[in-house]
Amino acid sequence: MTGIRVANLTYRYGAKTALDDVSLEVRQGAFCALLGPNGAGKSTLFNLLTRLYVPQAGRITIAGHDLQDNPRAALAKLGIVFQQTTLDLDLTVRQNLTYFAALHGLSGRDRARRVDLVLERLDIADRARQKARTLNGGHKRRTEIARALLHDPAVLLLDEPTVGLDAAARAGITDHVHGLADEGVTVLWATHLADEVRPDDRLVVLHQAKVLADGYASEISGVKPLQQAFLDLTGANA
Amino acid sequence: MIGYLTALSAIVTREALRFIHQRERFVAALVRPLVWLLVFAAGFRAALGLSIIPPYQTYITYETYIVPGLCGMILLFNGMQSSLSLIYDREMGSMKLLLTSPLPRWWLLTCKLLGATAISILQVYAFLAIAAVFGIVMPPLGYLTVLPALVVSGLMLGALGLFLSSFIKQLENFAGVMNFVIFPMFFMSSALYPLWKMAESSELLHDICAVNPFTHAVELIRFALYASFNPAALGWTVLAVALFTGLALWGYSPEGSGIRRRG
Repeated sequence: MTGIRVANLTYRYGAKTALDDVSLEVRQGAFCALLGPNGAGKSTLFNLLTRLYVPQAGRITIAGHDLQDNPRAALAKLGIVFQQTTLDLDLTVRQNLTYFAALHGLSGRDRARRVDLVLERLDIADRARQKARTLNGGHKRRTEIARALLHDPAVLLLDEPTVGLDAAARAGITDHVHGLADEGVTVLWATHLADEVRPDDRLVVLHQAKVLADGYASEISGVKPLQQAFLDLTGANA
Repeated sequence: MIGYLTALSAIVTREALRFIHQRERFVAALVRPLVWLLVFAAGFRAALGLSIIPPYQTYITYETYIVPGLCGMILLFNGMQSSLSLIYDREMGSMKLLLTSPLPRWWLLTCKLLGATAISILQVYAFLAIAAVFGIVMPPLGYLTVLPALVVSGLMLGALGLFLSSFIKQLENFAGVMNFVIFPMFFMSSALYPLWKMAESSELLHDICAVNPFTHAVELIRFALYASFNPAALGWTVLAVALFTGLALWGYSPEGSGIRRRG
């Protein structure tokens, strides 16, 4: 079973090509890192995967559902953590989660049970009554990941989720999301930081709108540290 | 179906909570029409003679005349306020959240419109209550019959705001909205003066006022406040609701420009 399938995706902003014939496949339950320098096209790819934009060419399939033909079934399988925070800072953690669950049509006891479950899962149950404004960066991110998991998505997309976090929070979130992949969730993790990628992760390197490398991180890096291999690939060292 | 209603109640509740958290917004929304009513209208009372026109059956004071226009003003400012809050990135984030929900987009945007309209109507009633304290009262039944008129007018102006927010890139452009949308809409309408007065000074201006959808919203409210019905005003306002809602849905469709411009 394929978690995410992207086939020959192209997107242009006027004359500028943001994605040029990009294809990739992530099997169900895999952790796939999407590594690319700023401006490589990662955010455009996310906006297409979440149907905020529609592709000018190419197709996207989420957990077996074509995003163009059957957007509602595809979106129902998708959990999303956007790069910028999308929490309502004046609401509590629990209110934020409940609001989002309602946007997915969940109500009543089932909703309350799911909210409790994800609070436990992300280890933030003790923050449930705190206003989002008072949380530190790491806990805000955890809340957003908890929210993305409320409807039991098959696929989880995270767009540079560790931006602005300190080293400890960054490591905590990275570990946690790797754990989710082990539990069977397909994860696509966009980043420009090579140290968030583990040797046995799937890795897609995106550079100047094209896929530059696709394989296991250890294969792509070879004997070099991944950071070095990434810089060599993208020509940043030239 | 239950899922649809769950989303509706959540979105309306969130709009209400946001409103409660911004008490200064409520005060500002009330002060504006009250200044017009208690200061501007008092000054103009002597300058403007009004003849008997429907729905009024007797001579009325200028204060009484501008109450429906000021109700419209509250709806107008709130509609634009919702577009302003969407231009802030933080609200844009919550819009992304809304648009990536598996429920149909037209329904989610409709819920957002209904939520914003409900908040506007609460403010209109607060304004009418304060006006009554100052002795500007409507027939008792009017306070009830005005409700559907406020719903239709509120939806129209909310949809206009939503549409505008889909193509305004930056916050600075809101000054442009003030100059090119709010002021012309308000001044080129029957909110502050009856249209026959306008015709005395300029036929062209009168014609512009007559096609302004805000004029029809104000007239709809004016008649409803006196428990009478203005079918033409309702027809034009409903048409404007359909047009602006259609444009807003297009603006926020994946093919439209609403999200794309901000990336």
